[in-house]
Amino acid sequence: MTTINSGSKFKIRERVDKGVNVLLALSIFIAFATLIALIFDILSDGWEWFDWQFINSFPSRKPEIAGIKAAFFGTIWVMSITALLSIPIGVCTALYLEMFAEDTRFNRFIKLNISNLAGVPSIIYGIIGMAIFVEFFQMGRVILAGSLTMTLLILPIIIIASQEAIKQVPSYYMDAALALGSTKWQAVIKVILPQAIPGIVSGFILAMSRAIGESAPMIAISALVYLTFLPSSPLDRFTVMPIQIYNWISQPQDDFRGLAAAGIILLLIMLLSLNSFAIFLRDYFQRRS
Amino acid sequence: MNYREYTETRRHREKLAILTLRSISLISVVTTIAILFFLFFETFNFFTTEMDDGGFVKPWDFLFGTKWTPLFKPQSFGILPLVAGTLLVTIIAVSVAILLGLSTAIFLSEYAPENLRRVIKPILEILAGIPTVVYGYFALTFITPILIDLSGVFGLNMIIFNALSAGLVMGIMITPMVSTISEDALISVPQHLRDASYAMGAKKFQTAFRVVVPAALSGIAASLVLGISRAIGETMIVTIAAGSTPNFTLNPLESIQAMTAFIVQISLGEAPHGSIEYSTIFAVGLVLFIMTLSLNIFGRWLVGKYSENY
Repeated sequence: MTTINSGSKFKIRERVDKGVNVLLALSIFIAFATLIALIFDILSDGWEWFDWQFINSFPSRKPEIAGIKAAFFGTIWVMSITALLSIPIGVCTALYLEMFAEDTRFNRFIKLNISNLAGVPSIIYGIIGMAIFVEFFQMGRVILAGSLTMTLLILPIIIIASQEAIKQVPSYYMDAALALGSTKWQAVIKVILPQAIPGIVSGFILAMSRAIGESAPMIAISALVYLTFLPSSPLDRFTVMPIQIYNWISQPQDDFRGLAAAGIILLLIMLLSLNSFAIFLRDYFQRRS
Repeated sequence: MNYREYTETRRHREKLAILTLRSISLISVVTTIAILFFLFFETFNFFTTEMDDGGFVKPWDFLFGTKWTPLFKPQSFGILPLVAGTLLVTIIAVSVAILLGLSTAIFLSEYAPENLRRVIKPILEILAGIPTVVYGYFALTFITPILIDLSGVFGLNMIIFNALSAGLVMGIMITPMVSTISEDALISVPQHLRDASYAMGAKKFQTAFRVVVPAALSGIAASLVLGISRAIGETMIVTIAAGSTPNFTLNPLESIQAMTAFIVQISLGEAPHGSIEYSTIFAVGLVLFIMTLSLNIFGRWLVGKYSENY
């Protein structure tokens, strides 16, 4: 009797085991299905609106003639200045912390502080940027204020990614450079940094693609504006693509939903090309070394 | 210039260069100080600026008041409706993320063969990279209509802007983060624990749920804590899909307003510098900042705990 019992118990356990496997796979299927539904939803709403007229027009109260031109160029402006500011600051900080900083209490505090900054919600950066750049320095709601805010937002990400990239360089590179009589500075700049560049670049591109999609801090800086001209200097008012998309989403008419979806298509295409570029760069550098 | 002078100047230059790097690295510290200064300074202004009726907001009323009407008369600044709105959406989001993220992590670390992992990981990375404004659009135009149809079947009354839709989509958004951190914790459980479990005749699900998951519990808890922090600070999904009605409610079918959504609402209107509306967003921001910071510190402490064990 007992053998039959334990046999059926064994079968039950076998079935439970298979059931658990299926359940776990199901959860991944749900995530996958959501992604498909999201892409389908956006393409079906936005595809008919997504044409050259949409890309090359200014916003308008009439959905048929409205476009994303001002927001697209605003995004390009804000991101270019953010890149110029955040790369040098991020890489210098990472180099100092990984290569030169001694293990003092203060330097440990800097490192801890950077990982805390990485967890601060983006909307907080937005209102702080508004208080510092727009109000305190009296810049107004201009591109430069947006870029500076965005720089503060993505700096922690860039620093952490660069630190990781620098850590990955094997320590014998340093030893070899020092053994040949170079100073520590020369070793770091001429040997370690070039080796770390692929990692730094892909971390930087990931940070940029995060920044391009950020809406909340840019709303705090730029608010809602109706721009029918292209910005021509960093001290012009601006809008960016996520704000324009949000603006269209919050309109009650269905046609504006279509415009929002078309804007999202353009945003996703930009993100996709940025990320493919990052993967391409990584492969290129890997093959070269 | 002789050799000695040459090395001397070089040493000086390099010292100067390192000093430059060091001062640049202080920018992150200055940022922190600026964040704290402006949050506290404007919060102080908030408590010392006159309301419409000439009175001042008392800290006690701010923290424990249940009426939030900063834009109508009579003005009232009790933050609890906003906190309740944020927590409601967060609870829904974390429930989704526990279900999806945790089972994804267990599947990836214990069940999935290598080639399947190589398919699943990029899907998670894509989900993690989608901008939140896109998730907001998806919640409002895809999930909400489905939910309204469903609630009609059950005879429930659901509003277009509701906490449930925003929470569900936010759960999808934090799933990649929860699953990545949990998976790291699960993978770092030593193989010999699994071997011992199999040697006792345990099946795969018994090994996974009774041996590996308990051993990785602090890492899994960390993933949830960090996920909660992410959800609390998330802005666009709640702004777009959950509404702008600061209801003091825990009913997921109703329209609410999250703390972040309130900040966006005021920012859109370009509140004039020095007005009480302007300083309100910093008072709400300070509460948000304290909540997310303490969760992040707690979460990282938990992560450190499991990496110490093995």
